[in-house]
Amino acid sequence: MNKILILFGHPAFKRSTMNTAMRAAVESLKGVTFHDLYAAYPDFLIEVSREQDLCEGHDVIIFQHPFYWYSTPAIIKEWFDLVLEHGWAYGASGHALNGKLTFQALTAGGGIENYRAEGLNQFTIRELTTPYQATANLCGMVWLPPFAVLGIHQGLPDTARRRYAEAYRRTLVALRDNRLNLDRARQCDLLNQNLDTLISEV
Amino acid sequence: MEAYLLKLFIFLVAAVIAVPLARKCKLGSVLGYLLAGVVIGPFGLSLIGDIDTIMHFTEFGVVMMLFLVGLELKPSLLWQMRTPIVGMGGGQVLMSCAAISMVAAAFLSWRESVAIGLILALSSTAIVLSTLREKGQMNTSPGQSIFSVLLFQDLAVIPILAILPLLAATVPSGGAHHESGLFDITTLPTPMRIAVILLSIGFIFVLGKYGSRPIFRTIAATHVREVFVAAALALVIGISLLMTAVGLSPALGTFIAGVVLADSEYRHELESDIEPFKGLLLGIFFISIGASLNFTQIGAQIWMIGGLVAGLIAVKALVLFLVATLFKMPAKERLLFTLALAQGGEFAFVLFQFAKYNGVLPLSVTEPLISVVAITMFLTPLLFLLHERILAPRLQAGHPQRPADVIAEPDLGRSVILAGFGRLGTDLGRLLISAGIKPIILDHDETNVAVLRRFGFDVYYGDVTRLDLLESAGAAEAEVIVITLGDHAKSMALVKLVQKHYPHLKIAVNAVDRRATFEFMDLGVTTIRRETFGTALTLGQDALQLLGFDPYDAYKIRRLFRKKDKETMPELYDIYRQDEERYISSYRQHNANLVELMQRDRQIDMAELDNAWSAANPLS
Repeated sequence: MNKILILFGHPAFKRSTMNTAMRAAVESLKGVTFHDLYAAYPDFLIEVSREQDLCEGHDVIIFQHPFYWYSTPAIIKEWFDLVLEHGWAYGASGHALNGKLTFQALTAGGGIENYRAEGLNQFTIRELTTPYQATANLCGMVWLPPFAVLGIHQGLPDTARRRYAEAYRRTLVALRDNRLNLDRARQCDLLNQNLDTLISEV
Repeated sequence: MEAYLLKLFIFLVAAVIAVPLARKCKLGSVLGYLLAGVVIGPFGLSLIGDIDTIMHFTEFGVVMMLFLVGLELKPSLLWQMRTPIVGMGGGQVLMSCAAISMVAAAFLSWRESVAIGLILALSSTAIVLSTLREKGQMNTSPGQSIFSVLLFQDLAVIPILAILPLLAATVPSGGAHHESGLFDITTLPTPMRIAVILLSIGFIFVLGKYGSRPIFRTIAATHVREVFVAAALALVIGISLLMTAVGLSPALGTFIAGVVLADSEYRHELESDIEPFKGLLLGIFFISIGASLNFTQIGAQIWMIGGLVAGLIAVKALVLFLVATLFKMPAKERLLFTLALAQGGEFAFVLFQFAKYNGVLPLSVTEPLISVVAITMFLTPLLFLLHERILAPRLQAGHPQRPADVIAEPDLGRSVILAGFGRLGTDLGRLLISAGIKPIILDHDETNVAVLRRFGFDVYYGDVTRLDLLESAGAAEAEVIVITLGDHAKSMALVKLVQKHYPHLKIAVNAVDRRATFEFMDLGVTTIRRETFGTALTLGQDALQLLGFDPYDAYKIRRLFRKKDKETMPELYDIYRQDEERYISSYRQHNANLVELMQRDRQIDMAELDNAWSAANPLS
C-alpha cells in the first residue's frame, strides 16, 4: 500500500467549492495525508525539516491547487523554493525523493478549449506545466500528467463537481493500492482524461 | 564659616562667568577656568588668598577623574592597551627625564638635574584629559595613545616618590613629614612595604569584584538617592586614603577601583553620581592654578621663565615626536600627540614640595619651576587650539590624497539604549540580542537588574529620566533609544529629554494606550507601538481560528484590521487635537463606528483580495 501526501494550497479555500468537494472526497481516505499549507503557515514561515520528513514518509506526493497565472499559488512556489534543498531533493547526494510518484491536481477557470495552440491560452495544460515536470525530473521522481478540473469559470453544475471529486477519489485509491497503470497514464494529456482505461479493478 | 562660603561663592561665580565666555570664544572650559583664576587671583582682582590649600584640596578632582576613566575601561580593554601604556608611556617618561636632566645639568648639580628631570617628565592628566573629553577625542586613536602615556605617568609617580629622597644632598628638614602619611610606609622594610601595597591593591580588587554588588544593591533598595551618592563618594575617598597610607598615588588606586567596577551594573549610577563632584573640583583646581601664577616673580625673571617655558615645551615636544615616530603613528596623529603632552603636570606641584622638604631642591629652584609648570599648563589648551585651528587643517590641505581619519566604527552592540526592562523590555531585549544587537539596558528596579544580570544580560541600574545617566549610558553616541517604560509620564519626560539633548537619537516608544499615542505624536515621535495592541490582534486571530475560521483567513483579517486601524489614526488624531474634551466622547463614538467601518472595509478588501482567487477570474 502506497502512502499518499497531498500538499494543498488555496489562499481563499472557503470560496472554492470545487476544491472543497475534492478535499472532502479524499481527506479521510486510509493512507492519505491532507496537508493544507496556507493553514499550516499563514505567515509563510514554512518549517522545512517538517515538510521534508512528511515527504520522506510518503510514496506519492500530490500538489493540489488552483491554476493561477499558469502556475501555483504563492505558497506552493515558496514551498518549492525552501523545501527542495540541494543535497536533499537534488544534487549528487540529494536522493530523498527518488522514485516517488508525483502529479498536480489543479483546478482552472478556463475550459479545455482555451488550452490549445489556437485557444485563448495558446498552450496546452501539459505544456504549461512543463516547469513542474522538469522539477520532478530533477528530483528523480516519477512524474504523472496533471489531474485537471477545467472550465470552473463557466460554473460547474453540482453533478459535474461530484463526478470530478469521485474521479479524484478513485485515482487516489488506485494509486494507493497499486492499481493504476503508470505506463499508460504517462501517455495521457491529463490523468483524469480516460481514467477507466488506467485503473484495473480487483 | 562665612569666610569659606564667600570664597566658595567667588570661585563659583568666577566659573559661571568665565566658562561660558571661554566656550563662546571656542577656547574650551579649561582655559576658561584658568583665566577666571588669573582674574580673581592675587594679581588680578585679588579676591582670594590661601590658594595652596584650595589647590591641594581640589586636586582630588584628578583622583575622581581617574576613577571615572577607570569605570569606562573594562579590564580586557586595559589589557589590550598594555603595549602603548608601557611602550609609549615608558619611552616618554624615560627619554623626557633624560633630556631635561641633561639640559638642567648645564646649570645645576647632577642630583638636582635628575630630580627636575623626573618631575618635569610628567604631564597634566587633569588638563589634557579634560580637554580631550570636551573635544570628544578620548576614543580616537591619538586620544588613546595620549591616555596611555598619562596612565603610565600616574604609575611612574610611585617610583619617583621612592627615588627623590635618595637624591637628597642635604639631610631632610625636620618638618618634612607633616604633610601627609604619604611616606610613613618608607619606615617599613622593603619586603613588608611591597606586601602591604599588594595587599591593599588586592583589597580594592576583592571589594570591587565581590563586595560592591551586595552593598550597592542594599543601598539602591532604599531608593534614597543621596545615600547612593554618599556611598559612591565614600568609596572614592576611602580608596584615596588607603592608597595614600600605603604610599601609592590615590589617582592610581581609584583608577584600579574604577576598572574593577567597569563591569558592574551600578557603573552608570556611580559615573553620574561622581561626575558633578569631579567637574566642580577640577574646575576649582584649574582656577587655583590660574590664581597661583606669581606675576611679580614672573615679571622679575621674565626672560629666564620665558626661556624655561619655551625650553620645557620644546624638549618635551621633541621627545614626544620621537616616541610617536618610533611607534609609527600617522603624521596627523603625531602632531596632536606631540602638542597635547608637552607641559608640566599637577603632580609637579606636589613633587616639587616633596623634593624641597626632602632637601633635594632648594626653594630658589622650585619656586620659578612651579611657575613654569603652571604657565605650560596654561598654554596647553592654547596648543590644542593651535593644533585644531591652524596645524591640522594645514596638514590636511598639504596631503589632499590622504583619506579622512577613520573614526572608530560605532560599536554596533552599543548603539541601542533600551530604557526599561520590564515585561515588555525583556522580550524586546531578547529579540535584539538574538539579532546580534547588544543593547545598553537601563532599569530602575534593582531586583530586576540583579536577576537579569545573572542571566547574562547587560543591565544597568538607574533612573533613565536623569540626563546624567543617559549621558553616561552613551546617549551621545547611540543611534536608537527604545523606550519600554510602563509609566506614561516617565516615558513622556524621557522623550522630551532625548529630543532636547540628543536630537540625533531615533526614538521608538511604547504607548500604554491610544491617548498616550496621541501625546507622543504631539511631540513628533513617529515610531510608536501600543503596548497591548499586538497581543490583542494575535489573540483575536487565535480566537477566530478556534471558532473554525480558516487559519489563513484569520491571519488575513488580523493584517487587515491592523492596516485599517493605522489608517484611522490620523483622523482620530485630528479630532483629538481639535478638542481634547470632545475627544473622549467622539472616541467612544468612533469605537462604535469602528465595528461598522471594519465590517464594511473588511468585506470590500476581502472581496478585492479574493477576486483573484475565486471563480470570478477566468484564469482560475
